[in-house]
Amino acid sequence: MTRPPAGAETERTEGPAEVPTNASGNGKTTLGDRVAKAGERVRGSEAWESIFRPGSPFRKGYADSPRNRSYVIMNNVLYHLHPVKVKRHGVRLSYTLCLGGLSFFLFILLTITGIFLMFYYTPAVPQAYNDIAALSTNVAFGQLVRNLHRWGAHLMVITVFLHMTRVFYHGAYKPPREFNWVVGVVLLFLTLLLSFTGYLLPWDQLARWAVTVGSNMAGYTPVFGQQVSFVLLGGIQVGAPTLLRFYVLHVLALPFLIVIFMAVHFWRVRKDGGISGPL
Amino acid sequence: MANIPDHLLRRSAEAKAKATGMLVEQVLAEMAGGAVPAAAAAGGATAVASAPATAPAQAIPAVPEGVRTQRMLTVVKAKAIQQVKREPTDKVNVWPHLLAIEFVALLVVTALLVVFSVFQNAPLLELANPNAQPNPSKAPWYFLGLQELLSYFDPQVAGVLIPGLGLAAIAAIPYVDRNRSTRPSDRKFAIMMFTFFVVAAAILTIIGSFYRGKGFTFTFPWRDGIFFDL
Repeated sequence: MTRPPAGAETERTEGPAEVPTNASGNGKTTLGDRVAKAGERVRGSEAWESIFRPGSPFRKGYADSPRNRSYVIMNNVLYHLHPVKVKRHGVRLSYTLCLGGLSFFLFILLTITGIFLMFYYTPAVPQAYNDIAALSTNVAFGQLVRNLHRWGAHLMVITVFLHMTRVFYHGAYKPPREFNWVVGVVLLFLTLLLSFTGYLLPWDQLARWAVTVGSNMAGYTPVFGQQVSFVLLGGIQVGAPTLLRFYVLHVLALPFLIVIFMAVHFWRVRKDGGISGPL
Repeated sequence: MANIPDHLLRRSAEAKAKATGMLVEQVLAEMAGGAVPAAAAAGGATAVASAPATAPAQAIPAVPEGVRTQRMLTVVKAKAIQQVKREPTDKVNVWPHLLAIEFVALLVVTALLVVFSVFQNAPLLELANPNAQPNPSKAPWYFLGLQELLSYFDPQVAGVLIPGLGLAAIAAIPYVDRNRSTRPSDRKFAIMMFTFFVVAAAILTIIGSFYRGKGFTFTFPWRDGIFFDL
């Protein structure tokens, strides 16, 4: 293994103070020193440096310099989301309230908790309810994860909506950002659909009748009302086919769609000149 | 050219004479002949690009009257040149300034969500029963504004037309609002309209959520209780 000569460290050990000194200064090698040294060795290793690209704060000998601050973003997957520099007003918390970023973060949180819930869930008619009920008794942290998923979903609807109002009041939909606003409206619609399809899955009275009321509205569509309702429910009323349909939409179809639209949304934010100008 | 002091001209001529091996006087005479006074034409915002005067290799005498030794190639207007350099803007590094804020925001939201989830369980009523419709039956909260509209309008209007056209109208905002300014004082009408619809939607949702009881009739939550599940 060819290690590049690590400047700072080797110089220190070559100095006259061969005896390793610890915090208490009595010249003994403590466990803390050994751990620190092992950490240094790991962080200087080739494998470590293959993982963290130059400029990463996790690399050995990271120094806070303007060049490294640029590298942290430029040499990182984050470069897909953030430029190296942003306008100073965009960093102010009061400008965006982080609403867009938090919506994205909530989506990730919902994906993680959702995958956990999928391990214990069967989209079949009486079984779905029993599985959800069993989460609170048979599954470690099952109830907590379900709570996180549900409250996170409601919160995501709120943050997406507030993000839209924030963007409106800043006039941030104006040229050249018109199309990204349209993508954002699609994302709002998909968020509502995701929440609505997930609402049915516990298969309790609340879920079934809320979805009945909600999907009745779709049945009033002029001309094709009956057909729309039939396609949505997989029947003339909410039943077992509806559960399966909403399940597939909720865990696969809609997340797939929303991820594509999110990718376009984030890409356009960068391409349209980053965050909109100050008021 | 005429303003160059004599001693400087002489020094230059001496150097040139030394380099070329000519006599100093000869060089001086050549310089005087070649130094045609440039016509001071540049004025205002126009710049005149002069073509090099035809090299007077042996034409030592001054240029005869009526012969122009320069010509105009083009006139460049003051604002015709594009600024290639970008205007300087006040920028900060994303790392650490933005990423630190985002990370803290993420932690705060996670913490709040976990604490809320520890103390508040998600609702789970009894098993779904197609033959026992609860009274009242309510849609998820974000559709309760629409359900509220159902009690005022025909279902086709409240259930399909208003949400459909509403969503289309929201998507069309950037193409309808042709005002380029982002200053709030320049867009009072747009802000007024948007605020009106947001507040109307919020009021309808709140009424639908908390002020509708059995049979979706109007009630007061402090009198008859709350008929609302999240």
